[in-house]
Amino acid sequence: MMWPLIRQISKVGIATEKPPLVQDLVASGRIQDEILRIMGRALTIREVDAGSCNGCELEVNALGNVYYNLEGLGIKFVASPRHADMLLITGPVSRNMSRALAVTDEAMPAPKIVVAVGDCAINGGIFGESYASLGGVSKVLTVDMEIPGCPPESFVILEGILSAVRYRLKKRPD
Amino acid sequence: MNIADLELSVTAMPTRFPLSRGTATAGEWESAALAIAENHGRLVTIWASQKRNGQFVVSAVYDIENGELLWLDLPILKKEAKYPDISSLFPAATRMQRAIKDLLGIDADGASDKRPWLSHGAWPEDYFPLRNENTGKEKSSQVQVDDYQFVTVAGEGVHEIAVGPVHAGIIEPGHFRFSVVGEKTLRLEERLGYTHKGVDRAFQDFSAVEGYRLAGRMSGDSTVAYSWSYCMSLENIWKWRVPTRALWLRAVALERERVGNHLGDLGAIGNDAGFAFGLSQFMRLREDWLRLNKSVFGHRLMMDYVLPGGVVGDIDPEGLLQIRKQCDEIEIEVHTLQGIYDDHSGLQDRFLTAGTVPKELAVRLGLIGLAGRASGVAHDVRVNAAAEPYSELAVNISVREGGDVAARVDVRFDEVFESLRLIRYLVENLPSGSNRKEAAPRNSSGSSAGWIEGWRGGIFTALDVDSTGQILRCHVHDPSWQNWPVIEHAVIGDIVPDFPLINKSFNLSYSGHDR
Repeated sequence: MMWPLIRQISKVGIATEKPPLVQDLVASGRIQDEILRIMGRALTIREVDAGSCNGCELEVNALGNVYYNLEGLGIKFVASPRHADMLLITGPVSRNMSRALAVTDEAMPAPKIVVAVGDCAINGGIFGESYASLGGVSKVLTVDMEIPGCPPESFVILEGILSAVRYRLKKRPD
Repeated sequence: MNIADLELSVTAMPTRFPLSRGTATAGEWESAALAIAENHGRLVTIWASQKRNGQFVVSAVYDIENGELLWLDLPILKKEAKYPDISSLFPAATRMQRAIKDLLGIDADGASDKRPWLSHGAWPEDYFPLRNENTGKEKSSQVQVDDYQFVTVAGEGVHEIAVGPVHAGIIEPGHFRFSVVGEKTLRLEERLGYTHKGVDRAFQDFSAVEGYRLAGRMSGDSTVAYSWSYCMSLENIWKWRVPTRALWLRAVALERERVGNHLGDLGAIGNDAGFAFGLSQFMRLREDWLRLNKSVFGHRLMMDYVLPGGVVGDIDPEGLLQIRKQCDEIEIEVHTLQGIYDDHSGLQDRFLTAGTVPKELAVRLGLIGLAGRASGVAHDVRVNAAAEPYSELAVNISVREGGDVAARVDVRFDEVFESLRLIRYLVENLPSGSNRKEAAPRNSSGSSAGWIEGWRGGIFTALDVDSTGQILRCHVHDPSWQNWPVIEHAVIGDIVPDFPLINKSFNLSYSGHDR
């Protein structure tokens, strides 16, 4: 049973592609090293769907595939907000999710980076503001970085995450 | 049973699938529901509207017999604001009726469960967004009070586990309340509605020609199915004849959406059983698939590809060749992976008997779509109500009897291969012609429906437009409404750690349900 598995793994080989070039970040070396230098450890992300149509989730999820190999860059999604450096939010903030989002944010240790992924998280997108939707994330939290798109493609989200790390570097030079 | 047996006054509608519509009295509403339930009919959806003259109307659509649909409207008096409950006959109606109450403030008379569903206390109890007197833009400063009355289980050693709405992984929000003894699940109660975005009301701010964009964002994983279902309704109302080539291109996109989702699910289900190899292999195939979507359809998820009158762009011969070639490549890979999944005893040990929904239960609860077919319910809109081009394709329906995670995995494998076959046929025999009907929006008012088999199940749209080309009411129905309650039954007796696996094997939409 192991043989077909090993054969498949060796047939596919290493499919991981080069990460996006983000100014100041990759120029000086490997992204992992940079993240280590800035964060002192791996970058950990807590993702919250605050009312998304799930399109953005599909693209965030794809970052884990072998092409982007997010964990290979020293970035990982974590289950607990208490373990997270970055809060990555998708969707317009629905009234019904606003409390859960606030509780998640409160549970995160400072300093933290807040990233709004997708047009809805930026300004409510096609759903706008209504009795049920508060609109963009900035209505409830201070947003450090916005990644536009409907949904933004995985590669663009990766670029945005790396840019947010760079932003952190500029904001708090070590 | 035929619609004629119901002795109602109905008219056949000029839709692309058999649909009759009629107005019922409260008595007829009840007797029709009873007769349909007794003759193994299914409830497709139930919703309500307030007309411009203030009249409330409750509407239900039934699947009478393998694809023949009946749309019943029940006008109700404003001062009474209630209609006869049908959830005792169709359990799937329970949450839909609770949603009607939240949106319009009209009651299902006689229903046993009257707790709010979409309303979580973030707006006043007497605020109903779909009523004429409201714009839907009202902003309440009310602080959300979460006092939902879960059903509690008492007894020695019983305790509760509360999960969500924010989950451990990158998934949509929902709350699950487990009552357990040791590791065994005695009861699961779901609470959904967290992603409610007020879509029903938001549609009324859209023109009929633009509404497909909002429809395509009900559930991002089913954007092609939703936008096609929406466009089908509008094209029925405006009596637009969509070019055959455009319909075939829509089918290519729809089958590609099915394959893309099945690839992702097959990997994720393997992963939830501890088989990371499966996730990494299938996610690689899915990424290849999405990248070709991007280069051929202009968008990785094919959002806004289907629009009224056809599709946004044609595919050149080179694109068709690439699609054809990728089908062959993916087919070989999926065959290899299927062999590995089938032969992996540890994986099969987790799959077999986990989350079993026997056929009898599936029929009683109204389980539909992919999950229904895995429990022996032989229904697929592409087969039972085949509209062009499916009427020419002779889709082979995949039906399994097991009703467990293994059966839902098997149906996905079957459907991947079948969709690859269909895509190859479609691109090889693509009729010539235009990819879009060039026409000005009509100014004829009316209402009609669309029904498309998305990868999860049938997606039904009921659309009502006025003579200025504005949407009066658009109701879009996700099959997750039927299937979510069934998961509560599927997990009974299984251990709590099997829940993520079982849940993933259904992979229902939160956003499509919460709207």
